[in-house]
Amino acid sequence: MYGRKVKLRFFFVLLILITLILTVSLILKSLEENVLYFKSPTEIKILSNIKEKKIRVGGMVKINSISMKPKEVKFIITDFKNEINIVYSGVVPNLFAEGKGVVAEGYLKDKNFFLATKILAKHDENYMPPEVKAALEEK
Amino acid sequence: MFKYFELNKIFFITSKAPKYVLLLFIIVLSIGLTEALLLSPEDYKQSHSVRIMYVHVPAAWISLGIFSIITFLSIFGYIFKIRNFFLISKSLAPSGLVLNIVALVTGSIWGKPTWGTWWAWDARITSMLILVLFYVIYLVAWRIYENKDKVFKITLIITILGIVNIPIIKYSVDWWNTLHQPASINILSKSSIHVSMLFPLLIMTAAFALFSLLIFLMKYNTELIKIKNKGLDRL
Repeated sequence: MYGRKVKLRFFFVLLILITLILTVSLILKSLEENVLYFKSPTEIKILSNIKEKKIRVGGMVKINSISMKPKEVKFIITDFKNEINIVYSGVVPNLFAEGKGVVAEGYLKDKNFFLATKILAKHDENYMPPEVKAALEEK
Repeated sequence: MFKYFELNKIFFITSKAPKYVLLLFIIVLSIGLTEALLLSPEDYKQSHSVRIMYVHVPAAWISLGIFSIITFLSIFGYIFKIRNFFLISKSLAPSGLVLNIVALVTGSIWGKPTWGTWWAWDARITSMLILVLFYVIYLVAWRIYENKDKVFKITLIITILGIVNIPIIKYSVDWWNTLHQPASINILSKSSIHVSMLFPLLIMTAAFALFSLLIFLMKYNTELIKIKNKGLDRL
């Protein structure tokens, strides 16, 4: 139906696209470690050695784990499999709360203890008015 | 069938249509803004800063959509040798770039009170920044090369390189740990955004789409005038 040239151009573009997609996905695969914005407590557990390098740990703030002192906040980040203790001195963001997502940036002291220099609150994908939230909680 | 676009017919539409599109845009935008800023409820957690989302999300969607259309048109135009498609692509790009920047800036303004930071080098935000770069490279290419056949090929290659980034942007939040939250709206499963917030979001998306259409028509009209001035009666 179409001319030879049209078919050739079609396969030319198709080949370029396939090659590109393969190349990019291989690059991303090999960079996986660096593409991750934060590590989960489980990923921390399986680390072979602890480096003196700034990293980020993320997960949920464990319920009933926050203890606020005048200059220090202590809490536990959990991914429901493993946990890690966080110590931080500074101001926490407004959305920082128990049972909500959080990302802590700082230094890993050992596999259970993390000294944070910065706390970021992670927002989840749920959007709803307060009344709906209240109704959901009643159920 | 694609080869011979009648310039005069297209020109008639592109010179008349903008004022109607503008009118429609103003109407939809006023409804959208009233819904988004006044009538829609505040969020249970973010309170009023949720309203930034009504600009941020449509801008991001449309900028992704426009880049996809540009790529599709460039590839189609190259395979079937339809020069008009390249001009349509060229005219679409500016509004895509602007909305892409709008998405990044509003995201940053939302990020400060919500996350506690203006910027994070996570996969979603970084890949959106890369899309801005692709838009800029694409538009600069049109400025640099005078020769039409050359500029068609170069912009085609830029769009093919850039299109690989689009699924990365879309799925970055699912593939990797990101600070950015995953998508709230799913076609196949239940959306995690309440319907009272979804409605203004969709109207704002329509408003932004109309805005892009308006800018496109004006840009495309200019391209046609340029061709007319050269004394060619078809593309």
